[in-house]
Amino acid sequence: MNDALDVALRLVIVFAVFMVLPLVVGQTEHKVMAHMQGRLGPMYAGGFHGWAQLVADGVKFAQKEDIVPAEADRRIFQLAPAVALLPYLLVLVAIPIGPSEGAVGQIVDAGIFFVLAVMGVGVLGSLMAGWASANKFSLLGGLRTAAQLLAYELPMLLAAASVAMAAGTVSLPGILNAFEWWWLPWQIVGALVFFVAGLAELQRPPFDMPIADSEIIFGAYTEYTGLRFALFLLAEYAGIVVLCGLTTVLFLGGWHGPFGADGLGWVWTLLKTAVLAFVVIWLRVSYPRLREDQLQKLAWTALIPLALAQIALTGIVKVAIN
Amino acid sequence: MTLAAAAAHSAHSGFLSPTGIEIAFVLVGIATLGAALVTVTTKQLVHAALWLVVALGGLAVEYLLLTAEFIAWVQVLIYVGSVVVLLLFGLMLTKAPIGRSPDADSGNRWAALGVAVAAAGALVWVVVDAFRTTWIDLDGPAQGSTEVTGTFLFRHWVLPFEALSVLLLAALVGAIVLSRKRSKEQS
Repeated sequence: MNDALDVALRLVIVFAVFMVLPLVVGQTEHKVMAHMQGRLGPMYAGGFHGWAQLVADGVKFAQKEDIVPAEADRRIFQLAPAVALLPYLLVLVAIPIGPSEGAVGQIVDAGIFFVLAVMGVGVLGSLMAGWASANKFSLLGGLRTAAQLLAYELPMLLAAASVAMAAGTVSLPGILNAFEWWWLPWQIVGALVFFVAGLAELQRPPFDMPIADSEIIFGAYTEYTGLRFALFLLAEYAGIVVLCGLTTVLFLGGWHGPFGADGLGWVWTLLKTAVLAFVVIWLRVSYPRLREDQLQKLAWTALIPLALAQIALTGIVKVAIN
Repeated sequence: MTLAAAAAHSAHSGFLSPTGIEIAFVLVGIATLGAALVTVTTKQLVHAALWLVVALGGLAVEYLLLTAEFIAWVQVLIYVGSVVVLLLFGLMLTKAPIGRSPDADSGNRWAALGVAVAAAGALVWVVVDAFRTTWIDLDGPAQGSTEVTGTFLFRHWVLPFEALSVLLLAALVGAIVLSRKRSKEQS
């Protein structure tokens, strides 16, 4: 009985984090983008600096009519948002936020493989949406998503493999337990490659070619309205949380900090994740969109060689230490 | 697991004794088989690819139930995350229509069925013959953890592993050569 209660409690907490953090990131994006562009952003909803704007947006989305185009493949069209969103919920279960055993939803032995595999499934949602909408723009968006994913999956895997080599384990808590501060300069190239490839996988600017609104309206999500569209947006922000959390855990030492690692480890994790999320928003405001050929070139001629060089460096240092 | 322990364990586990995990294993197996059958019989191309996702995911669940966690996640990562995305990419490039494709049929279907049945028979026979008396203790520590798999792979099977990498490298180089040759003919 106690075990069941424990599991249920953990799931409830993970679900709460899954519902709250993406909204916090979304609201931060509203405000940060506005201030960077010399605007105020949402100011009215909820009273204090428009804090309830996304709640109001959610209510608005829920009220809209749920439309499925006549020519669309109904079932796949309706299933796609769930396929896009649920993997991120599963990934959150495996991310540790503190040093103790209780600070992770579920310890997964092959943690890195679990999170990368499940995140890869999420992209199927965009592909399904792109194909099933029976819309040229959607199909183009789906095509671009697939091409982008094929190019950026490899550098992401290689960068993660470098950390696994350094720690000698593929379990996420295990990697954090092995972390030392000098891993930061040692793995910095891998960290950059991982973060950039993750951004591309999430289709965030400057890698938002698949949903480039000035060319193909909104890519794979063009035909969606109401709640299903909101689910796709939520998936994007959940993806930001997951990517920043993963980068924190793999490369920035997670709950390790200059002081207070015992009791306040989770604060360090959240702080580092928040800083990375801010960088994600900052990049959106400051960089123009990459063209399709530039995207492919960046992945194949810059990121993959860099990731391979990082693996070689990791191997050399590892052998030298031993 | 040592032989003695295996013998002791097999003594009190009958053939297909219905424990919870074994029932789940059989049920997931049936679902996987069903998804695989739909994959090869459906007339809708993209649906076939998506049913393939279900079948491959079902296989991953089977690995998990056999405590081979590492293999399960690699299965999802490689097949669902990459191979199926590549398949869908190809299908989208060829503008796979929504609805039935009347020409999605092959005159070779009976020959294909024969080959499939023969291959499945050979595989089942080999696996049953090799693992007839081996029992895995599902309640104990994981037998297929990453550490165990890695040790086995790089201690006992390192030569086949290297041979496979060379084979894949050869395939990669071959693919590049083939694609370059064609572009020369075009120009």
